[in-house]
Amino acid sequence: MTAVPGDPWRPALAPALMLRHDRVRDTDLLVLPERVVVLEGHAGQIVGLCDGTRTVPGIVDTLAERYPGAPVADDVPSFLDRLRREGWLT
Amino acid sequence: MTVPRPAAASPEPPRPWALLAELTHACPLHCPYCSNPLELARRSAELTAAEWADVLRQAADLGVVHTHLSGGEPLLRPDLERIVAAAEGAGVYTQLVTSGTGLDEDRLSALRAAGLRSVQLSVQHAEAAANDRIAGRPSSFAAKERAAALVRRAGLPLGLNVVLHRDNLDTVGALVELGESWGVDRIELANTQFYGWGLLNRAALLPTREQLARARETVEHHRERLAGRVELVWVVPDYFDGIAKPCMGGWGAVSLTVTPDGTALPCPAAASLPDLDPPNVRDRPLDWIWDRSPAFARYRGTAWMTGPCGTCPRREEDFGGCRCQAYALTGDAARTDPACALSPDHHVVRALTDPDAGVTPPLYVHRRPGAVPQVR
Repeated sequence: MTAVPGDPWRPALAPALMLRHDRVRDTDLLVLPERVVVLEGHAGQIVGLCDGTRTVPGIVDTLAERYPGAPVADDVPSFLDRLRREGWLT
Repeated sequence: MTVPRPAAASPEPPRPWALLAELTHACPLHCPYCSNPLELARRSAELTAAEWADVLRQAADLGVVHTHLSGGEPLLRPDLERIVAAAEGAGVYTQLVTSGTGLDEDRLSALRAAGLRSVQLSVQHAEAAANDRIAGRPSSFAAKERAAALVRRAGLPLGLNVVLHRDNLDTVGALVELGESWGVDRIELANTQFYGWGLLNRAALLPTREQLARARETVEHHRERLAGRVELVWVVPDYFDGIAKPCMGGWGAVSLTVTPDGTALPCPAAASLPDLDPPNVRDRPLDWIWDRSPAFARYRGTAWMTGPCGTCPRREEDFGGCRCQAYALTGDAARTDPACALSPDHHVVRALTDPDAGVTPPLYVHRRPGAVPQVR
């Protein structure tokens, strides 16, 4: 992967991961080779937007449209950073 | 006439997350620590791919999101691709657990096309000759090396699993470096758990306390060095630590095992319990097996506990340890796991881990059908 300086991060799910809805538990999950992460609240929707085409501000805008008044600009970038530090987003 | 009051309806058990699918007991390797039972299932008794597909669909309906396709050696099933496709179709994430023997480029690409998500590769030793000696198969190390490179090239996540014992514990550092050089994402360093062939060979496999202390130190050093790059997992040597392991995350709580002939078990070693009467997926639907079968209910929760477990503050953390180990060491599966220092039977474990000085450990028996006479 080549990072072009100045090119904004376009988060994408790491290849080892699968994002899926769990119909039995009615929640979104990140499934990894050896573990399962339960995505609470709207976390699954946020991860679902990480398709490698959207920038972080783009994701924030999409969510702000979906949830007017929600603190997405404050919460979403730090959430995405956390997932990147875990190695779940590239 | 008095009508007995029905017992308060027990709450529904938690949904299982994972299925260990033991597709066959056949294996090109003959590792002496294998946790498969001494009485290996015959190939003619194995579930068909269609039966596995049905089990995987039922498992998904029950809440299973993850399956380890294991064995034996699952690559010996020519219909493995169909089983992978069935899991993927049911929305279940698949991990192939393999020795690497039999994995070539065509097979891997067929498995990948069927939906395989990740691979876990076993290694017996960091040196080829020692690996092949422990595995009881020439050239098996070379096959692993090739398999690792193929999986990496295919871009699938790759984990290494190493069962640790007297014969390889001193080379744990070299094993970690081997995994690193093969480009793995994760290395599981699993101190031998003594079930099946591992129990048979326990005296030969048990390390010394000094070996363990050195290995722990080495692993900690590498863990710091590899942080953020390779995940290192240390499966505790419960015989030595005096702390019972939270076996399976609780009986019938997190996962289930289906053996090659369709026997459903709360733990892969539970076939060793003589009076468990485990259900079979050929006879019963999986939801009945999980929710209603006496075998899965038997040690679920904490009500069954005896001895110090009943009032122990750790009973919801370690679930009384391992039922199969309690049976193997005391003859009673409901007793506290003797690995726990609080167990009245803990002396049994201490006698094994701290043998008299000068006692030479025996040689081990390689896992092969018919290697030991069956006592039944």
